[in-house]
Amino acid sequence: MKTAVCIKQVVTRDWPLRPAESATWVRDDDASFEMNEPDAYALEEALRLKERHGGEVVVCSAGPARISQVIREALARGADRAIHVESDALSAAGADAVAAALAAAMQDESFDLVLTGLQSDDQGFGQTGVVLAERLGLPHATIIMEVDIAADGAGLRVKRELESGWFQWVAMPLPALLTIQSGINQLRYATLRGIMAAKRKEIRTVPLDGVASQGQRILELYVPEKTSATRFIDGSAPEAARELVRLLREEARVL
Amino acid sequence: MTTTAIETVPRGGEWLLEAAPQETIFTPERMTEEHRLIQQTAQEFTNEVAGHTEQLETKDWDLTRELLRRAGELGLLATDVPEAYGGLALDKASAAVIAGCLGQCGSFSATYGAHANLAILPIRMFGTDEQKQRYLPSLVTGETVGAYCLSEAGSGSDALGAKARAARQADGSFVLNGEKMWITNGGFADLYIVFAKVDGEHFTAFIVERGFDGVSTGKEEHKMGLHGSSTTPVVLQDVRVPADNLLGEVGKGHKVAFNVLNYGRFKLGASTVGGARGAIGESARYAASRRQFGQPIASFGAVKHKIGGMVARTYALESMVFRTVGLIDGTLEGVDPGDGGAILRALEEYAVESSILKVAGSETLHDVLDENVQIHGGNGFVRDYPAERHYRDSRVNRIFEGTNEINRLLIPGMLVKRAVKGDLALIPAAKKLQDELLAPSGAAAAPDGPLEAAAAAVGMFRKVGLAVIGLAMQTYGQKLSEQQEVLSFAADIVIDTYAADSAVARARAAAASGATGADLQADAAASYVDGAAMRIEATARSAFAAMAEGDELRTRLAGLRRLLKVTPANDVRLRRRLSDAAVERGAYPL
Ligand SMILES: Cc1cc2nc3c(=O)[nH]c(=O)nc-3n(C[C@H](O)[C@H](O)[C@H](O)COP(=O)(O)OP(=O)(O)OC[C@H]3O[C@@H](n4cnc5c(N)ncnc54)[C@H](O)[C@@H]3O)c2cc1C
Repeated sequence: MKTAVCIKQVVTRDWPLRPAESATWVRDDDASFEMNEPDAYALEEALRLKERHGGEVVVCSAGPARISQVIREALARGADRAIHVESDALSAAGADAVAAALAAAMQDESFDLVLTGLQSDDQGFGQTGVVLAERLGLPHATIIMEVDIAADGAGLRVKRELESGWFQWVAMPLPALLTIQSGINQLRYATLRGIMAAKRKEIRTVPLDGVASQGQRILELYVPEKTSATRFIDGSAPEAARELVRLLREEARVL
Repeated sequence: MTTTAIETVPRGGEWLLEAAPQETIFTPERMTEEHRLIQQTAQEFTNEVAGHTEQLETKDWDLTRELLRRAGELGLLATDVPEAYGGLALDKASAAVIAGCLGQCGSFSATYGAHANLAILPIRMFGTDEQKQRYLPSLVTGETVGAYCLSEAGSGSDALGAKARAARQADGSFVLNGEKMWITNGGFADLYIVFAKVDGEHFTAFIVERGFDGVSTGKEEHKMGLHGSSTTPVVLQDVRVPADNLLGEVGKGHKVAFNVLNYGRFKLGASTVGGARGAIGESARYAASRRQFGQPIASFGAVKHKIGGMVARTYALESMVFRTVGLIDGTLEGVDPGDGGAILRALEEYAVESSILKVAGSETLHDVLDENVQIHGGNGFVRDYPAERHYRDSRVNRIFEGTNEINRLLIPGMLVKRAVKGDLALIPAAKKLQDELLAPSGAAAAPDGPLEAAAAAVGMFRKVGLAVIGLAMQTYGQKLSEQQEVLSFAADIVIDTYAADSAVARARAAAASGATGADLQADAAASYVDGAAMRIEATARSAFAAMAEGDELRTRLAGLRRLLKVTPANDVRLRRRLSDAAVERGAYPL
């Protein structure tokens, strides 16, 4: 089975966030980065499926040169090779642009299974996988908690997480795309042997075909302001009460 | 793995004579992608171990063994062992990075150190092929655990004064008798490297299996710290050790012991960096969240001065560790990893630096952890916070692997030995300096910017170090080794010089590369140099006063003042910036 795992590099969780000057993204020029957590679970799931069913695990990632860090990490953990769609225009790009870039690079590979994380730790739209499925013409299922491939390799059953502790089993054909929920398995660390072996694994770098899609853009990014102003409402008690209700309804919008 | 692409690697101690070319200085910023991944794995494993601290402190050796096996699975025990014996033969920078991470958990770090450095290394360096085949693979996987038995109740620093005896038998085997003290991993190890005197005089190393008849261990010591590591006596009662288990040669045990210590000291220095970095994170986060007088204590200058100082000293320490490992790896570049002799020579070449790392590392960590307790206030004194445990755990670092006193004596002692042997041009440099000090001095151009000023100051530190060592050699000649106070003063100056030089070199490299964070590195280096200037001046005064008097002393002190005409930096501002960065980041910020 030939499995693709799409991996995003994100700013580390404990990095103090500050909007960049452009006010459309966070300041990340001196940030430290890590593998997006749900993607790490997707990778782990792919490696486990490979251990059970054989085949190949290919890491696919879109972004600037710095993302080679997480690509190497994925190879060190056991992925076989990688495709890197390299473009500065893809750093902090939206789901639409990333899915388009990945789809173009993945199209000819004819993967049996494509795994992505459910969502990214930074933008959190949860759309990249879904849009990518559409672009690749694959059926998809989201928020996956378990993957069970049929013995004949023709199809699979997946367990989806619903609300309030409910789950749903879905049968689907292969090839397919799944977006993986964090916690689906227990992550492995890269062994030192794996790290050294990763040096010899192939990373195919491909340029971005055309310009990055602008279908989705962040217009403004700001730190929510904490205000705790106290306002006194003048007037008689009934008047003040009426004014208070109006303010709660129209300004605070809590009623 | 290529650490550095150095044409000619500077020799040990050379930095005391002149500034090294920038490209010969390895820094954390020059770590390879593999080093960073190794660091990540080691850090993830460290976090896992830290989660078991309480259980480990109940002396749950099954858990300790399980964690060692897990370390083995990940390859963390394999860095120094050739592939033929199940290892990975990685560079020493990888080993230093791992030690740095594990250094955050005191007890397990001691367990790991005794196993990976003190037990694996002697076999790897001095074992026969057959011994390596037999013992290394299972040590590398962590299935068997090793310990190192050098000290005895009556001989710690004076290790060669051991009373343990090995009686030669007609069939070539030996019968060992004796009692070893304070043995890390003693309680549960499977394999002991034991030192004993053959025929009562020839100091010799042996590989002793736990299963040999007559091997037993005493009760666990009740210790100040490291409650999660085993420390016991190891008793040898008529233990028959086959000839095949002689390690190295009869009468050459000191070579095994001292070379292992060279490496152990270097690794101990590397491990202290991790502990110091971790504690800075604890202090920064606590100072940000703890409020007094209506504001976070991180906003108080007195607290900033502490955190800033912790950062600057840790930065200097880390810079020295990486620089030293770069020198060792640079020397070993292209050498067959199976060539144990080359590795021994490299470790010996930088034995001065290893002793410096041992002393500076253990004392920097101690002071950082002391301030960590202080910043935590009452919470620093109670067990709900880890600050008090770190403080207790780290205390022994100044005692084992050669006490800091012994290492202080070794530092100038080895430098002088290298000078006399012609390995280090210390004597001509000291002579030249004397002439320079007697000649009238022209006004030196003011250095351009704070980093250049710091570099100029380091140049002066070198000269002070040379002046003190030079005068000591001249005054005491062959009897210098009896002058422990002066030797210790010299060691302090040399240590501060290496630290300051390494910090400034690293900060300059960052500035030249235009890396983000270069400003902060410059602050850390300048702050360290500022403190070092004051310490070096005070120490040199004491040293001169011990060696000269009257007019000669006055002339010496005048020379010292001329050398150390260093305008103080605004260390208040420097440390505030360092502290603010640490608090914002919630971690060591460099
Ligand atoms: C937790 C722990 C773990 C240990 N693990 C091991 C282990 O795994 N294997 C092992 O072999 N040993 C181990 N040791 C022993 C350790 O190496 C010794 O305790 C250490 O070398 C100091 O020896 P000592 O205790 O005999 O002190 P001493 O040598 O008696 O020293 C006492 C004081 O005198 C000073 N002093 C001694 N000689 C001189 C001198 N010539 N000049 C100036 N000052 C001097 C010392 O610096 C020190 O301050 C361990 C100790 C501890 C506490």
